[in-house]
Amino acid sequence: MTPEIGLTQTSRHARHGSNIGQPLTRRDGILKVRGEAPYAADQHPAGMLHAVLAVSTIARGRVTFLDVNAAKSHPGVVDVMTPAHKPPLAEDPDAKTNPFMFRMELLQNDAVRYAYQPIAVVIAETLEAATEGAALLAPTYEIQPARVGLDSNDSFVPPAVGVGHPAVIERGDVEAGLASASKRIEAIYETPAQYHNAMEPHAIVAAWDGDALSIDTPTQGLAMAQGRIAGLFGLSADKIHIRSPFLGGGFGSKGLISGPQILGIMAARLVGKPVKLVFRREQMYGPVGHRAPTRQRLRVGADGEGRLAALDHHAKITSSSFDDFFEPAADASHTLYASPAIRSSHEAVRVDTGTPLFMRAPGEATGSIALESAIDEMASACGIDPLDFRLKNYAEVEPISGKPFSSKALRQCYAQGAERFGWSKRPPAPRQMRDEAGFLVGWGMGTATFPALMFQGAARAVVRSDGSGVMETGAHDMGQGAWTALAQIAADGLGLDLDRVEFRSGTSDLPDAGIAGGSAHTATAGMAIHNAGAAVIAKLADLATSDQRSPLFGAGNAGVIARDGRLFRRDDETRGDSYVDILTRAGLTEIEARGTGTANPAAQADYAMHAHGAVFVEVKVDPDLGQVRVTRAVGAFAAGRIINPRLVRSQLFGGMIWGVSFALHEEAVIDRRSGRIMNPNLAEYHVPVNADVPSLDVLLVDEHDPHVNALGIKGVGEIGVTGSAGAVANAVWHATGVRVRRFPIRIDDLVVGHQ
Amino acid sequence: MKTFDYVRPASVSDAVAAATEPGAAYLAAGTNLLDLMKGGITRPDRLVDITRVPGLDRIEPMPDGGLRIGALVRNADLAHDAEFARSYPSVAEALLSGASAQLRNAATVGGNLLQRTRCAYFYDTASACNKREPGSGCDARIGENRLHAVLGWSDACIATHPSDFAVPLVALDAVVEIAGKTGRREVALEDFHRLPGDTPERESVLEPGELLVALRLPAEARGFSAHARYLKVRERTSYAFAVVSAAAALRIENGAIRDARLALGGVAAKPWRARSAEKLLEGQRPDAASFRRAAEAALADAKPSGDNEFKIELAQRVLVRALLLALAGTPKRVPALPASPFSSPAGAFA
Repeated sequence: MTPEIGLTQTSRHARHGSNIGQPLTRRDGILKVRGEAPYAADQHPAGMLHAVLAVSTIARGRVTFLDVNAAKSHPGVVDVMTPAHKPPLAEDPDAKTNPFMFRMELLQNDAVRYAYQPIAVVIAETLEAATEGAALLAPTYEIQPARVGLDSNDSFVPPAVGVGHPAVIERGDVEAGLASASKRIEAIYETPAQYHNAMEPHAIVAAWDGDALSIDTPTQGLAMAQGRIAGLFGLSADKIHIRSPFLGGGFGSKGLISGPQILGIMAARLVGKPVKLVFRREQMYGPVGHRAPTRQRLRVGADGEGRLAALDHHAKITSSSFDDFFEPAADASHTLYASPAIRSSHEAVRVDTGTPLFMRAPGEATGSIALESAIDEMASACGIDPLDFRLKNYAEVEPISGKPFSSKALRQCYAQGAERFGWSKRPPAPRQMRDEAGFLVGWGMGTATFPALMFQGAARAVVRSDGSGVMETGAHDMGQGAWTALAQIAADGLGLDLDRVEFRSGTSDLPDAGIAGGSAHTATAGMAIHNAGAAVIAKLADLATSDQRSPLFGAGNAGVIARDGRLFRRDDETRGDSYVDILTRAGLTEIEARGTGTANPAAQADYAMHAHGAVFVEVKVDPDLGQVRVTRAVGAFAAGRIINPRLVRSQLFGGMIWGVSFALHEEAVIDRRSGRIMNPNLAEYHVPVNADVPSLDVLLVDEHDPHVNALGIKGVGEIGVTGSAGAVANAVWHATGVRVRRFPIRIDDLVVGHQ
Repeated sequence: MKTFDYVRPASVSDAVAAATEPGAAYLAAGTNLLDLMKGGITRPDRLVDITRVPGLDRIEPMPDGGLRIGALVRNADLAHDAEFARSYPSVAEALLSGASAQLRNAATVGGNLLQRTRCAYFYDTASACNKREPGSGCDARIGENRLHAVLGWSDACIATHPSDFAVPLVALDAVVEIAGKTGRREVALEDFHRLPGDTPERESVLEPGELLVALRLPAEARGFSAHARYLKVRERTSYAFAVVSAAAALRIENGAIRDARLALGGVAAKPWRARSAEKLLEGQRPDAASFRRAAEAALADAKPSGDNEFKIELAQRVLVRALLLALAGTPKRVPALPASPFSSPAGAFA
């Protein structure tokens, strides 16, 4: 199968009437099960060579020698790209002219800034020869001591956190609030470095034809990647064609094109042939970002009634020695709980690692596990059930801004989730429940939240004279189901059944659908599709209502609706005209229009926009051996309009499993002296396996939001992680009476006598 | 890539002859060796693929009532052999708690016993490791070592042996048959793996060219089948190596322990037979108090090799629990979560 065929998905499910809201199965599911979905690394253009990264084994210093001759002498090796031998770039890889432009290592010098940093690229006729060539480089280094961990360097207040948010925000007087509180807690929570570990390693197949560049690579942001490549190579963007029909997971690591992907393009230019470069698993533990470790101090005060008097959230985080990304962990306290005084503040430390970046719910996830733990601790200190405590401190307006919420069905989430879980039977004190086998049983909960964001996207809609339609937008399917959900929106936008719509996506020559990140892709690309559909229907209506031969003549645009490949008079549905007839009479083979999707700044100024949820978790803990098992998890989420409940439930399941992973499993183990990550593989970097997650239940709570966008979509990609991790931690406390504040919770923490 | 010879001998004697030269390595399923080669951790000059050697893939009853298991029997095939699972249930349970279903379908009995440690510093070729590169030092000793050995370690090496399978085998006096240039010899599995001392690169008593051809379980070991369990504490429910594991087997007569067999996994460079603890249990009433005394004896010589003091207490608790589970009786079928604490039947807690 050629990729071009693979990009054009047609439906196997004829649906009539509204497509939005239908729980369709993935339209690309059969392709994937058969192994026919073309991923980047599956491409083999004629004459292609293989490139392999040589990466640094030290975390800080410089490369003093590479045995290039040994590598080049190896049979099959074609060339070795090094700082001394590489194609020129039009832009300094260390230039930074906007906050989304992250510095990369493109062999610009011999400096080593982190372990696993690329220091050379070996290009060969076979993968094996390139691999051996990379080994033969046997680099030597001038080593400087690595700075590892949150205490290894002086700290400073970052200029901004996340995407341009202030590092310190205070509303009300936190110190006064704490002083006045009748109950106060202060606790420190620590989270480790985590790595995205998408199943599909980053990969690129690059081919130059003169100044035209053809690329297969997984990306969550086709247009941004195109722009970054254009800048680095001094090309105009329209010379660069990127195909990214499928991603084997991204989670933020494929949001921005990474240095090694650019190295693949440079390698292709150097040798004048197509080149494939696929990362080894351990090479994903440096140059593609990670979730920075955090140490968070929460100070919480409450009055005698259990109402918050002050909430102070301070996060110490790491960033790299050479670039700025600051995990906005403390911002998690901005939105959830009403408090007359809230402060978030951040302090950062530069260490010798790759630059941390966006990783599924960046800031929200790290902040949430600390906040939800602290809220649980305060509920316990006040002698109030954790759910009652959260309801007592329910935020009717966004606490940090005072803005009303565009919609907020969190109360319903709490109620429906608690009902399904059976929360009312929870004994308040810890270590009260045992199962029939004697295991400690604990119930915990957490509140989930994630902002409802939108970026800017565009789409092109076509209606053809055979009655079919086309919708084009360069969207990204990371596995979340964009091929299906966006096609559903397209079908409704065009007034056609899904099987009459050809949905084209996943390439850079299509209209920019905006980045697949921030849980904003369905809203952004969906609104672009919706508006493009509306625009083409309006053109069709123009044709019909101005055509005397049409039954709709004289009806006027506003009086016409589209459905099932026909336009109808709104006031008299017996009078209609088919797309086929309208276009045929007009002598047109097709008609097209474009639409864009973007946030409404007026609504954003007036309203706080967030999705919400409530997660309830049961754990069992072996009282002697400390092993923990999550036995039940119920999540109730309100995220505006749900386009495809089957896919959304999968997204939320995935998020909740990530929460379990955060609380109990995931940790990059970093050697304290060398700065090397000691478990850079999926055998030792633990994420949950099926047996770790026996029962998951997701409730989709009805929510209509008239402000976020016309479709009412809020996004579901990241919210599932938040709340869930804290709920697991709180359940472990409820089971054992041991409050573990360093994550992941380990057996060591629960083996009594070694807490 | 690094070139190596690949030979596919047709007999054990041809295999031994082919593997005697330095730099040769036997290849069976390759579930460990190929990863090690891809990572540059081992770089053999010659692979001797024994998968076509006839006669090594049989499970055979022996005249004396024992069982002989060929080195090429697949882990999954052995675990699902009904007669084997009935006679040696804790061994079947241990096998099914290891790796993943896919790996168990491929991996062989002999390969399982000869798998290398999972110490991260052994796998990371940028780190010093006496096992990988004798004399280079041990970065684990001052590194991230909360999962390393608490028994039998040396300053040269603190790695643990990762096999689950080997733990109940050692407890049950399994024997391995070894073929060499001068014929065959037998070694008790307990003596097969070596402690690191100053030569951690030597992990077993195999001499160059020697081939493990079979594993034998004695008839006597069947006498424990009513009270034999394997318990494995790990950081996720499946596809994780043991933090600590224990095999316990009891023969109980007239309310007293006639015989006990105990071994620990995840605590040392070899599966750790706890003979002193076994002796303490003989003639004792089987209860939590006697089990705890035995567990304390088993770990009496333990000392942390790093941030792993918790493993000493944990190992005692795992041993006590394994004994309680064994006392409660072997389940009729291997539990759905083999060797997991969460497969415990009611009443297992002290």
